[in-house]
Amino acid sequence: MKESPFWRFILVLVLTVGTLQVFANEEQATATHETPGEQHAEADFNPGEVIIEHLVDAYEWHIANIGHTHISVPLPVILYDEGQWHFFMSSKFHHGKESYKGFYITHTGMQKGKIVRKAADGTEVKPLDFSFTKNAFAIFVSSAVILLIFLSVARSYKKTKRHAPKGLQSLVEPLIIFIRDEVVKTSIGEKHYLKFLPYLLTVFFFIFLNNVMGLIPIFPFGANITGNLAVTGVLAICTFLTVSFGGNKNYWMHIFNTPGVPWWLKIPIPLMPIIEIVGMLTKPFVLMVRLFANITAGHIIILGFVSLIFVFGKTSLYAGYGMSILSVALSIFMNFLELLVAFIQAYVFTLLSSIFIGMAVEEHAHEEHAHDDHHDSH
Amino acid sequence: MELINPGIGLIFWMSLAFGIVFFILKKFVWPPIIQALNDRERHIEEALQAADIAHEEMKKLKLDNEQLLKDAKEERDAIMTEARKIREKMLEEARVKANQEADRIVESAKERINHERLAAMTDIKNQIAEISIEVAERILREKLTAPKSQQEYIERLLNEKQLN
Repeated sequence: MKESPFWRFILVLVLTVGTLQVFANEEQATATHETPGEQHAEADFNPGEVIIEHLVDAYEWHIANIGHTHISVPLPVILYDEGQWHFFMSSKFHHGKESYKGFYITHTGMQKGKIVRKAADGTEVKPLDFSFTKNAFAIFVSSAVILLIFLSVARSYKKTKRHAPKGLQSLVEPLIIFIRDEVVKTSIGEKHYLKFLPYLLTVFFFIFLNNVMGLIPIFPFGANITGNLAVTGVLAICTFLTVSFGGNKNYWMHIFNTPGVPWWLKIPIPLMPIIEIVGMLTKPFVLMVRLFANITAGHIIILGFVSLIFVFGKTSLYAGYGMSILSVALSIFMNFLELLVAFIQAYVFTLLSSIFIGMAVEEHAHEEHAHDDHHDSH
Repeated sequence: MELINPGIGLIFWMSLAFGIVFFILKKFVWPPIIQALNDRERHIEEALQAADIAHEEMKKLKLDNEQLLKDAKEERDAIMTEARKIREKMLEEARVKANQEADRIVESAKERINHERLAAMTDIKNQIAEISIEVAERILREKLTAPKSQQEYIERLLNEKQLN
């Protein structure tokens, strides 16, 4: 009974967003077709470069090329360099071709794609870059969407009270209940779950909606938000902070003075504490990388299929047309898969966060045991 | 390489955006939703329990009703049996009485008939006697029209009288 509304929700989501994707992909296909032709002067189509270009953050929001005109939304660049703030729009770079105030977007080296400045000795210096980039913009758009959705849902809850959910409310309710009952309550336990529920629900819906929005290739969606290490890193740090501040005495005791371990593993070389601390830091790191890698991989595969059309199109026009049928079919399949992945990754992130929190707030049964051990070590 | 090179700017904007979203959701969205869900669940739970109790009571009531009905049926049956018995008894009694009455009536009729017959016999006897007398008288008158025979008859009668 608990399952059925949830699966119905997934089905509806797949059907609605899925059909949208078909058209959207075609649009994207034409867009990618123009981009390489323009940038690489019709020389060769480099799918790797195109794909990476679509995945990484950018200082402007490139939408499409029509003929030789770039259609893109310029975004503010904010730099702090040598005690001075610089504010200007990214359109000053003329799509990365020109420099402005000595700053330019480098196309080579470690800082490829970032704004740098040539220093006196000829090396590239990176200023502190607080630019409101494509991903930052997309994050604020999706945050606005999330707030719109949930403020309206909260309002309907105040209105319907004990009655059955309506509209948007019934769309998110199964997910809220699923996260609350199947993820948070089971991982953290009846006693403490309510304290962490708001954070975990926020994380789940933030990741899930950003994953889904990342699949919609129409401005202002389609930015690869959850496939960006900065974004997943911040989320992972939030979980890490929650675990660290939510952790009880036992949790910290377990890290610095692991019970049930011979004393010589702790003194004089604190081997166990080091291992525990590494473990403590590995958890958020894994969270960060898993989400990033899964979402990025999905985007790469979809973009790869689309690129195939143009790779084949280079050899023969008919091969390109032929391939486009297969590619579109495969992209549709991948998009469906990505919808599933969008949910699964949000679920996994929330589940693992819950489990880590659950481990930190757990009341250990072997407290007495640890106490004895503590005496031994002195 | 640029794929795994997180920008400090994005970290900043992400923290800001996520912080704002988290703050607003935590402050204005999750509490009413969680509260409403809990309320509703409790309400449903209570309603289900109440329904269960009502169901149980209905069952009991139905059972009571059935018992009542059964009792009533039994009583009715008992009454019917009793009534049947009484009717039979009454019929029996009536029959006996009727028989007796009939017997009595027959008896009395017989008696009456007898009586009547006797009376009729007597009447007939009397009539016969009268008729005989009349006949005799007629005969006598016929015989006694002659004075001589009259005389003789009187004498004979006197003789007879004397003899008595």
